[in-house]
Amino acid sequence: MAQPNPYRDPATVRKLCQAIAAITTQPWRIMEVCGGQTHSIIKHGLDQLLPPEITLIHGPGCPVCVTSLSFIDKALAIAAQPEVIFCSFGDMLRVPGSQLDLLALKAQGADIRVVYSPLDALTLAQQNPNKQVVFFGVGFETTAPSTALAAYQAKQLQLKNFSLLIAHVRVPPVMRALLDAPNQQVQGFLGAGHVCAIMGYHEYLPISAHYGIPIVVTGFEPVDILQGLYLCIKQLETGKHCVENQYSRAVKEQGNAPAQALMQQVFQVVDRNWRGLGRIADSGLALNSDYAQWDAEQRFAVSTITTQEPLTCRSGEVLQGLLKPAQCLEFATRCTPEHPLGATMVSSEGACAAYYRYRR
Amino acid sequence: MPDFKLNCPLPLQYQHVVMAHGGGGRLMQQLLGTVIRPAFANPILDAQHDSAVLAINGTKLAFTTDSYVIKPLFFAGGDIGKLAVCGTLNDLAMSGAKPLYLSCALIIEEGLAIADLQRIMASMQQAAQQAGVLLVTGDTKVVERGCGDGLYINTAGIGLIAEAVNISPAHIQVGDHIIINSDLARHGMAIMLAREGIAFDSHLQSDCADLSGLVQTLLADGLDIHCMRDLTRGGLASGLIELACASHSTFDIDEPALPIHADVQSACEILGLDPWYIANEGCFVLFVPATQTEQALSLLHQHPLGQQACVIGEVKQTHPQGLVTLQTAMGISRVLDLLSGEQLPRIC
Amino acid sequence: MCLAMPGQIISITDNNDPLARSGCVNFSGIRKQISLAYVPEAKLHDYVIVHAGVALSVLDEEDAYESLQAFEALAEFQQAL
Repeated sequence: MAQPNPYRDPATVRKLCQAIAAITTQPWRIMEVCGGQTHSIIKHGLDQLLPPEITLIHGPGCPVCVTSLSFIDKALAIAAQPEVIFCSFGDMLRVPGSQLDLLALKAQGADIRVVYSPLDALTLAQQNPNKQVVFFGVGFETTAPSTALAAYQAKQLQLKNFSLLIAHVRVPPVMRALLDAPNQQVQGFLGAGHVCAIMGYHEYLPISAHYGIPIVVTGFEPVDILQGLYLCIKQLETGKHCVENQYSRAVKEQGNAPAQALMQQVFQVVDRNWRGLGRIADSGLALNSDYAQWDAEQRFAVSTITTQEPLTCRSGEVLQGLLKPAQCLEFATRCTPEHPLGATMVSSEGACAAYYRYRR
Repeated sequence: MPDFKLNCPLPLQYQHVVMAHGGGGRLMQQLLGTVIRPAFANPILDAQHDSAVLAINGTKLAFTTDSYVIKPLFFAGGDIGKLAVCGTLNDLAMSGAKPLYLSCALIIEEGLAIADLQRIMASMQQAAQQAGVLLVTGDTKVVERGCGDGLYINTAGIGLIAEAVNISPAHIQVGDHIIINSDLARHGMAIMLAREGIAFDSHLQSDCADLSGLVQTLLADGLDIHCMRDLTRGGLASGLIELACASHSTFDIDEPALPIHADVQSACEILGLDPWYIANEGCFVLFVPATQTEQALSLLHQHPLGQQACVIGEVKQTHPQGLVTLQTAMGISRVLDLLSGEQLPRIC
Repeated sequence: MCLAMPGQIISITDNNDPLARSGCVNFSGIRKQISLAYVPEAKLHDYVIVHAGVALSVLDEEDAYESLQAFEALAEFQQAL
């Protein structure tokens, strides 16, 4: 049978919860940035184990939730081409575009495939020389290095039938944007552990200093999240604010130098529209001019697709942590995983979907 | 200050069938409930059990059908032929029936290698022979290249239910223990890992097996089984939720008690899949009075297909719509719900 | 973001280009050829965190053990207060 995982040990979890309760003397609002952390919290019910003074706010760290409507429509336009094999991570397939999602397009006959890695998409391109294989690159700085590697290898091989639709986004700008917003209520952050495994955490030092806010780089297992919360609450209770690293077994302060180097070689920083949050300066990554040949937006001439996003769902407020899913009138009524109104219900990481699955 | 524009996409209504409608989840339930079942409504169909139980001239028969559309046709631990026989045998077994006869309809895609067809037929015959059933009638059609995944198979089966045996969701009672015979998610993960674009190496094999012999052993020993369900597409979660709804009960499940092998757990975690919803083909749950649990486990443990059998939960109370709750390892209770459709590997 | 799993390197395929270095990683019986481009320091039998087919970092097991122990001690200390 599966070996017991020490980072999921119930006895350790209980002890950590007791330790958190012992140091908490007043209400605190803490945001976990990463969707994977949200999933872990909801699945293991960690927020129900915390003292009532602690409110966890689920942040915008879910690429499925925040990839803009325009990008989904670009993906759909490319995938609809008869010569294209469109490769994507599975969770993007149900994200609604303005008319369809990729799954519905697949039902109409488009060749759309789930892959585990952009390198698997590269392999598909080599195996299908008569097809145009396109990989949909979503995700944060954790995933960008794998896409960068696929682009690099495509260039090394001078592969003519492979290209990438890049929608990568960066964490530090969205944290700043959240902290700059009026009515923002976050008092501390659990930083995204795997993003920091790549980028290190030196980018967060000025954020912590400028906004006077603790940031604890945190992993994803229950023990990691509770350890991260403990450290964050400890800072808040003692009036400190600095960057700490709970996830030291995987994260070093300087991050991963070869990954950062290749990302510099392949990408450029651009402004990006975030679904639910609007345009954030310098918050995206795009292929730079050295890799223009493998840019699917250019190859398939879809860069002009810009979709106006309508104004009725409250995903944005949920993403900013201003609203809990159950407070939205549409939650579990008009808006369900079968008929999602917003991306936070589509994605299994989205706060709304997580609440729907585990909390009703 | 940045101006956050709130936005949302238009809601989607499916005008065409999508893959998720066959996924064993909520969309499939909707399709069955709004389009398919209403067309035929009758009390036997509405019992919603794995087989229809028919009383003909004082004899109780179980009658069932299933179609097999798996890709690839050959996989670690079996093939579409073995699956087509075992799946239907298992559906009969879940009503407590001794399987007797099968039919088989083949829809063959132009271009399928005859050698492959022979291999699959041999596999079906082997499975039928081991179960002591005869394949007595069938049909064969060929469709044009591109109109099928090599081969689709439909099998139907009939079996005999002993007079004293009454097994169905309606017989589930408060206080019943819920027992599982084997570990979870092996079939679905064995198939998933072999898929192009995923392609992991492993020793994982499908758990595809005929459960009818094991069930007959339990019945022969006088075990008072209230209900059984084999856990196929949609996994343990779908099976339990369907039964909770059909029996208007609350099931309370002890999550740490679920048997899952390390490699299956690992495969699920790499792809971000929940083993609760992954297909099985040799796994079933049974509901017995608590007084019979020890006897049931003892019998199961003596059989090759029941060596990992254990209690996973109990029927807690009645509930108008049916509810399944999990007690997690952390001591939290959460509700188990159907997914909308197929689970997809995730990055996030 | 960031579904990543620890796995153990059971073989390495070196290359003149360090960005082409790869290895077979074993995740409790499930194996896949994973890019080691970003972990040039990784050796046979090291554990790495893998995301989307790429190893992101070498797992520092000693650090992992120590931090678990440290938190155990702290939690028990808090309880005693």
